[in-house]
Amino acid sequence: MKPDMTATPRLAPGVRLNDKSQQPRTLLMPERALRLNGPSLEIVQLCDGKHTVLQIAEKLHALYAKAEPQRITDDLLGYLELLHKERAVDF
Amino acid sequence: MELVRRDRELDTSSWLRLFDEAVKLGILQVDFTGGEPLARTDVVELVHAARQAGLYVSLITSGLPLDEVKLARLVEAGLDHFQLSFQGATEQTAREISNTTSHPHKLHVLEWLKKYRIGVTLNFVIHRQNIGELDEMLEMVEEHRPGCVEFASVQYYGWGLANRKALLPTREQLDECVEKLKKAEEQLKGKTRVVFVVPDYYAKYPKPCVGGWGRKLMLVSPDGRVLPCHAANVIPKMQFENVKEKSLKEIWENSAAFQKFRGEDWMQEPCKSCDRRSVDFGGCRCQAFLLAGDAAATDPVCSLAPTRSKVDVILAAVNQPETSPREVTPQFLYRPNP
Repeated sequence: MKPDMTATPRLAPGVRLNDKSQQPRTLLMPERALRLNGPSLEIVQLCDGKHTVLQIAEKLHALYAKAEPQRITDDLLGYLELLHKERAVDF
Repeated sequence: MELVRRDRELDTSSWLRLFDEAVKLGILQVDFTGGEPLARTDVVELVHAARQAGLYVSLITSGLPLDEVKLARLVEAGLDHFQLSFQGATEQTAREISNTTSHPHKLHVLEWLKKYRIGVTLNFVIHRQNIGELDEMLEMVEEHRPGCVEFASVQYYGWGLANRKALLPTREQLDECVEKLKKAEEQLKGKTRVVFVVPDYYAKYPKPCVGGWGRKLMLVSPDGRVLPCHAANVIPKMQFENVKEKSLKEIWENSAAFQKFRGEDWMQEPCKSCDRRSVDFGGCRCQAFLLAGDAAATDPVCSLAPTRSKVDVILAAVNQPETSPREVTPQFLYRPNP
């Protein structure tokens, strides 16, 4: 299930990033872990229950100015759908 | 059944040291399990220290020694995830299987957990005596909405092996169970993650046990011995190093027990030249020993194993037309902390 652009994704209960000082940056969940880098890290950091999907997309557009905005938005929605299915993110 | 005696257990400061060593070794998560981890009076301190050291902390428990105050302290200490085991969906079944009146208390624990924003997994240990309660179990999931529900078929080591005759489901029961869980998974998508661990006697290929020997997991026993898996002490002539004498790093990298089934040199045919060897690593070493008498053999549950017939014989006995659930009152051997 893909989120609405107005949704405010949030990490699910029991899901968190490892400490800023720990490399590689990793998303920790019950019995699983996801290595994050580049866009995936930026997305997860913005899943704070405050940023809307639209705002996250806009931030990514700014960070990755050379890429096609629609492509970025599609990838973002796909990634959030995956995180939702894995119960890493609520929206 | 005997577990490790208290007077041989590691002290608090030893555990604290181990958490730091674990993080330095690159370990991400620690599961406090047992036995019953809540039996340790310093468990809150351990949770706090593990979290401070940089680990993701899970508690795997029967919930029996827990009260509301203790739960609040555990959460405050930084507990990330709470896994609660269930023997059945009803008080009656739980009492028959575990010889305890534990079920009502576990339901209280589920209520208390709702106050907190931590990971919660309900773990139902599934076998022939409770597989018929799947609907009721799923109702519990609907009511309590944990982040994850695990239907974990009993594995045949320890308690399971001692009680195998009463525990293996029939093929028909298993098929019905799989159907129901597939439907439930769809309905719970995006709400509760559903994990089903099949009884591997019925599988075509073996499970990648512990993610491969000495690859993903290390188990530190209460007395400090370090094992590659929960059942490894069934394998004869295994020597396990102890953290009282050696560092975690040294044990992980160099101990004979961990090295024994790393890589592929130890594999026998068909594993040695099998395409799946990097997928399932030949299955479970302990099961290979228990069923085939050789810890280096292909796990007998594998359809390609030369000893698969041993498993087929056991399944044939369970699936005889005359055998039906609850036809004979099973005689269980009980374990503490169900």
